[in-house]
Amino acid sequence: MKVLLLARYVLVECSRRRVFIVVPILSAAFLGLYWFAVARVFATSEFSSVPGPFDERLVVASTMLGLGLFGSFFLGVVLIVFLTFTVARGDAEQGLLQPVVVRPLGRRTFLIGRFLGAATVSMLYVILLFACCVLITRGISGWSPDNVVQPALELGAAVVIVGALTLLGSVFLATIANGVTALMLFGTGLVAGLIGQIGEALNSPTLENISRVMSWALPFEALYQSALTSLTEGISGLSGFLIRLGPFGGAQEASPGLYPWTIGYLAAVGLLTIWFFRRRDL
Amino acid sequence: MGAAFVAESLSKNYKSVRALDGVNFEVAEGELFGLLGPNGAGKSTLVKIGCGLVHPSGGRAEVCGAPAGTRAANARLGYLAELFRFPGWLTADEVLVLHQRLSDSDGGTRERAELLELIDLSRAADRRVETMSKGMQQRLGIAQALVGSPRLLILDEPTSALDPAGRRIIRALLEELKGRRVSVLLNSHLLSEVELVCDRVAIILAGRIVSEGTPDSLRAGSGVEVETDSGVKHFPDAVRDEIPAIVDRLVADGARIYEVRTTRRSLEDVYLEAVEGQTG
Repeated sequence: MKVLLLARYVLVECSRRRVFIVVPILSAAFLGLYWFAVARVFATSEFSSVPGPFDERLVVASTMLGLGLFGSFFLGVVLIVFLTFTVARGDAEQGLLQPVVVRPLGRRTFLIGRFLGAATVSMLYVILLFACCVLITRGISGWSPDNVVQPALELGAAVVIVGALTLLGSVFLATIANGVTALMLFGTGLVAGLIGQIGEALNSPTLENISRVMSWALPFEALYQSALTSLTEGISGLSGFLIRLGPFGGAQEASPGLYPWTIGYLAAVGLLTIWFFRRRDL
Repeated sequence: MGAAFVAESLSKNYKSVRALDGVNFEVAEGELFGLLGPNGAGKSTLVKIGCGLVHPSGGRAEVCGAPAGTRAANARLGYLAELFRFPGWLTADEVLVLHQRLSDSDGGTRERAELLELIDLSRAADRRVETMSKGMQQRLGIAQALVGSPRLLILDEPTSALDPAGRRIIRALLEELKGRRVSVLLNSHLLSEVELVCDRVAIILAGRIVSEGTPDSLRAGSGVEVETDSGVKHFPDAVRDEIPAIVDRLVADGARIYEVRTTRRSLEDVYLEAVEGQTG
């Protein structure tokens, strides 16, 4: 299977290229910073020992884990953008593509193989990072979410969608332009999510609609919001209300059609990428 | 057995630029065919169409009977691009392993060892590409093109990064490939190299083939020089058969003849004449 062969070479590339040494170093730095932040918050905050209207420790711990989830998402996006932004045009301009594509495998196989490799590495990375955040939060606060698997998978799927869009961009755009475009698209999605949260807090249907449309257009944002929601879905009452007021509270619940839409979206982006790539002169 | 490569009425437009304009030629089995032409003449476009990297606007290209760019065509093809790179984090041997797997070659370790030996890189088998000189990478590129024993080898400027010793290795390799009945489509700026190794040559200008034939036939008809008592007389358009008549005429005019010789043009002369004729 040449698809798996090409995917495996992406994994080998990640293990050998010097630039990928930076990834574990920065990831360790991120996790260290996260541990330090959570530890400091719990060490310096004066939590009331008397049960109040809401659970202060729970609000702080879940908000911090929401931050950890966002950090994992951001780093996962940077990794998958880096792994996919040169695949078509960038590699063709450097002459890396031609010797491989000329082999009897077809451009579709090439693209799927490269994407599969990048998606596997990035999904595993982002899930591992998020799992570390969960363990750190639990170790310090004693709280962990009821549902860990669903947000982890949604986070992985969100990263894969960013990768698919970057791969599509790589067919048309030069390396730097594509990298910038991908990260700006990611930022646009995040802003749309924040607009939705503001709309929810202010009870503004217009802002909520803008956010909803953007979430369908860029479903990685909807998946990220859904992951945040999944983290705190077991928290009710005033604690849950306060958590959802914050930026990492996951106030916007996902539509029931999110998963089918995500699958269809990925398939459509994939088919478009293959269609354009097969027609491109290299 | 059919031709290894066929170009029939091949044309390619890049927006308003016509890169190829109805190109027709064939490369026979075991033939070494050279493509000559100035920059921008359409040579690279032509070989890229042959590899399926570029889609033609009209006409057709075939590799060993299969439409260019299809898996069947690519399975019989070896290609060295003019500008190429291998991932720097792979060793020379790993590059060949990758291409063996991609081309379904069952040559294994023996094929890799032979190819590295052929291009004098045996001792660099475990060296990473990023530590190799440009010339070594170029030779590795040629070894990569030979993986899977292709029936047609398309080489786009194969000696551009090589020193004279490296060029000699490639010339010897091309001669050996000819012995193995491997067809070669060679795109090169180096006229002397093409003249030395190619069975047939085509000169391409502004997307059209303006001259095609064996190096000898292209150089033929290159004039006669007669050394007389009043100096050397040049007859640039004369051919060998006209020598007796020329001598008779000079003797009748009272000249004393000391030597008569046909002059042979180099391929470079032919090429420059063709280029100047089209552009001058």
